[in-house]
Amino acid sequence: MRMRALGVAALATLAFAATACGESQPASQSASPAAPGASASAPAAKSGGTLVIWADPSRVKPLKPFADQFGTENGVTVEVKEISKDNQTTFLTASQQGSGPDIMIGAHDWIGNLVQNGAIDPVTLTDEQKAAFSAKAMQAVTFNGQVYGAPYAVENIALIRNTKLAPDAPASIEDMVAKGKELKAAGKVKEVLCIPVGQKGDAFHVYPIFASAGGALFGATSTGDPDPKQVLVGSPDSVKAFGKLKDLGEKGDGALRTSITNENYIVNFAGGKCAYLISGPWAMSEVKKGGITYDITAVPSFKGGKPATPFVGVQTFFVASKGKNKALAQEFVANYVTNKDVAKALYEADPRPPALTAALQEVQASDPDAVKFMEAGKDGLPMPAIPEMAAIWEPFGIAENAVVKGGDAAKAAAAAQKAIDGSLKH
Amino acid sequence: MALDVREVPRKGGGPKAAPRPRREITTAFVVSRIAVLAVAAAILLYAVPPLVAAESWVSLALLGAVSAAIAYLYLTRRFIPAKYLVPGTVFLIAFQVFPVVYTVTTAFTNFGDGHRGDKAAAVTAIETGSVRQTPGSPEYAMTAALRGDELVFLLVDPKTKQVRLGDAKGLSPLAGAQVGTTGKVLAAPGLTVLKAPEAAARGQEISALAVPAGDGVIKANGLSRAVEGKAALVYDAGCDCVRGNGDTWMADESQGFFVNAKGEHLAQGWQVGVGLDNFARVLTNPTISGYFAGVFGWNLVFALASVLGTFALGMSVALALHHPRMRGTRFYRIALILPYAMPAFAMLLVWRDMFNRDFGLINQLLGANVDWLGETATARFGVILVNLWLGFPYMFLVTTGALQAIPRELTEAAAIDGATPWKAFRRVTLPLLLVALTPLLISSFAYNFNNFNAIALTTEGGPFPADNPQVGGTDLLITYTFRLAFGAGGAQFGFAAAVSVFIFTIVAVISAVAFRRTRKQEEVYA
Repeated sequence: MRMRALGVAALATLAFAATACGESQPASQSASPAAPGASASAPAAKSGGTLVIWADPSRVKPLKPFADQFGTENGVTVEVKEISKDNQTTFLTASQQGSGPDIMIGAHDWIGNLVQNGAIDPVTLTDEQKAAFSAKAMQAVTFNGQVYGAPYAVENIALIRNTKLAPDAPASIEDMVAKGKELKAAGKVKEVLCIPVGQKGDAFHVYPIFASAGGALFGATSTGDPDPKQVLVGSPDSVKAFGKLKDLGEKGDGALRTSITNENYIVNFAGGKCAYLISGPWAMSEVKKGGITYDITAVPSFKGGKPATPFVGVQTFFVASKGKNKALAQEFVANYVTNKDVAKALYEADPRPPALTAALQEVQASDPDAVKFMEAGKDGLPMPAIPEMAAIWEPFGIAENAVVKGGDAAKAAAAAQKAIDGSLKH
Repeated sequence: MALDVREVPRKGGGPKAAPRPRREITTAFVVSRIAVLAVAAAILLYAVPPLVAAESWVSLALLGAVSAAIAYLYLTRRFIPAKYLVPGTVFLIAFQVFPVVYTVTTAFTNFGDGHRGDKAAAVTAIETGSVRQTPGSPEYAMTAALRGDELVFLLVDPKTKQVRLGDAKGLSPLAGAQVGTTGKVLAAPGLTVLKAPEAAARGQEISALAVPAGDGVIKANGLSRAVEGKAALVYDAGCDCVRGNGDTWMADESQGFFVNAKGEHLAQGWQVGVGLDNFARVLTNPTISGYFAGVFGWNLVFALASVLGTFALGMSVALALHHPRMRGTRFYRIALILPYAMPAFAMLLVWRDMFNRDFGLINQLLGANVDWLGETATARFGVILVNLWLGFPYMFLVTTGALQAIPRELTEAAAIDGATPWKAFRRVTLPLLLVALTPLLISSFAYNFNNFNAIALTTEGGPFPADNPQVGGTDLLITYTFRLAFGAGGAQFGFAAAVSVFIFTIVAVISAVAFRRTRKQEEVYA
């Protein structure tokens, strides 16, 4: 009867496993109502509430102390989880399955897509709170007249200049290109301008130049929001702007080059291979490592052209609509991270210009770069948050690449417009 | 391993058949049995709570039945073959059959951005998304409290400091409450004021409580504030429509949207079956069907060149190292395996940077100024070259293995018969190698036919002609359709699934034909 003994043993193992698992839950539950008062010293799961926050790797560490602080004050456990890849998609999929977080941190331009998938809830801020943020930040997180998150950092691209090579800030794109070419001819630099183009273009970085040349992506609705029904990438003005990009491209001035990519543009500038870099705050650690003297100014515009408005991105705390603890999430987003001290401390841990005006003012003294970036982006265009923006990036980038290589501007613009219209229909 | 020591059953089998001899029980047998049962039990324990929470009773019943069947199977002494087959079958179903079935069923839906959830979720999202704060209404400082067991809100108007009690019926004045400096109620007669942790624990109740006020409701905003608001859009189950803002949006079950008279729809939709729409779109969309032939042709060239190139190179190297006079073979083998041992993901990115016109290693070494990835011809050459480099060590390995199985006497005999080395290789070694390796070549073809990484990480499908941003010079069917399904207009899983079905069909047909030819070839050489 050894077989039977074996079966009994297996069943016993099973039963043991089952009870072992089963026991742990009642145990923790029975402990839960025990000590709500003692939570200040022990914020652990004793009161039952858990707040789950998802953030990208660079924000997990700075956020942790504030999350813990919030947990202690409210007697809840706060978990900050790192999501390193495809954050938006991961969040959407997880929300759908009911395994998502209570709070998600991401860029404001996700809002349109998150809203159409029912993944986030509006956040009610008091008029006082709204007034405390920069107008640009509030504009960015407002979608269809609703505020969909609490902004905390504002970032945009600017012109970073090697002051040893180019002591004066250029007054126009023409000046900048002329100086760059002069330096190149003198053998002081290898490239006129460090701006990523790559084999598929880079709509984000080239946008200020494109806008200065008169190009546009969308028309505006009556409320001033971008209107997905009016795609203007193929409009006559945009064709002219693509023509200007062509003039700056490889067959023209050589300021835009497909061999300069997202991987090498910052390194090249930090290594002194070009005098001008168009990039954002994320480039600064690399630039500082290069040990060059630099200054940050707004991207210049063409002589007599329109202003070179960069895209403004706003890092935002979202309340997940399928979160398990929405009241806590609302409390955290609407009433906690909107606090000046929290905003300032977050800045100190991860230096991006705070969206809270008061925090920015306090930061100004210690970090001139943040202020200069902010200044460079003051006329910027908050990245369109409508879901239709997803259809723009790639066709636009490819059109940019085509004209930079010397292709026909009208043809490239028309092809991009057609591709965008085609994908918006579905 | 279990040893079956039963004798061959005797024919006839009289009424008193001999008792079945006992099988010998080894340690490995016991361990493997416990392992299978433990895995089954672990899956059961892990999956039950979420299934109960999601109320998917069918899946739960299925899971229970399968677990019971497995337990029964391994706790009895019968069903010997099944004991070996079941684990493999379970994994086959879980990792092969289920994904295929899921992909095919998804292909008939509009699952994607804007259509991820069900209708109820869309309605909730529409209603909560349209809640506006009532103009001029105060932002109350809120304190959660208990009246007996019932949750109520204590609302303090920040201007008047007047305290009111809100419950599901409405607002009523509250006298005798003690208000702290921040506007929080510290104590109230007959009520238990909840402390922060207690309130946090009741978060769901707090979010759910709506206090009617005016023509809207007061709802908690976090744990310490409350605002009066009203949903601008409201779902009406009677007409299956959403009303508000002076318009009506009717539910359209064929699209999974609420659509108004002008044909405009609300942003939030839900998942519906769309029949063959996705398949029709693949076939009729001019940007897909119009470029299909070109992309398909290049796709075939890429897959064939990758397979034949890697095979030719890998085999040549293997043959060279197989030569009896070759010295230092171990060193060469290690060196040759290196590309295969490196993570392809990283290597592809390194190659991409090496092809850079101005900063790349290749142009610097050659002193050239070729825009490798910027011209269709050179980009195609480049990706094939990269794939060759990444793939030949695999072919080298398998050929080396297969060569060991071919007796040297055969080639020696051929030499004695007067065959040149080339002839001996062509007539003796190669056919024997091919018999062993053709299935691997076919699977390698199928793999390279869908080699998404090789293209996406090097050229991203480019270079793109100025007049067409959708079809690049090095696009394979898989990268091209990935761009169509996920590049613009958000993720469209249903459409992507339909395309996958098409690609699967193409690869399956090619493989089936190739296998059939191989069988014929085997018959010739057997």
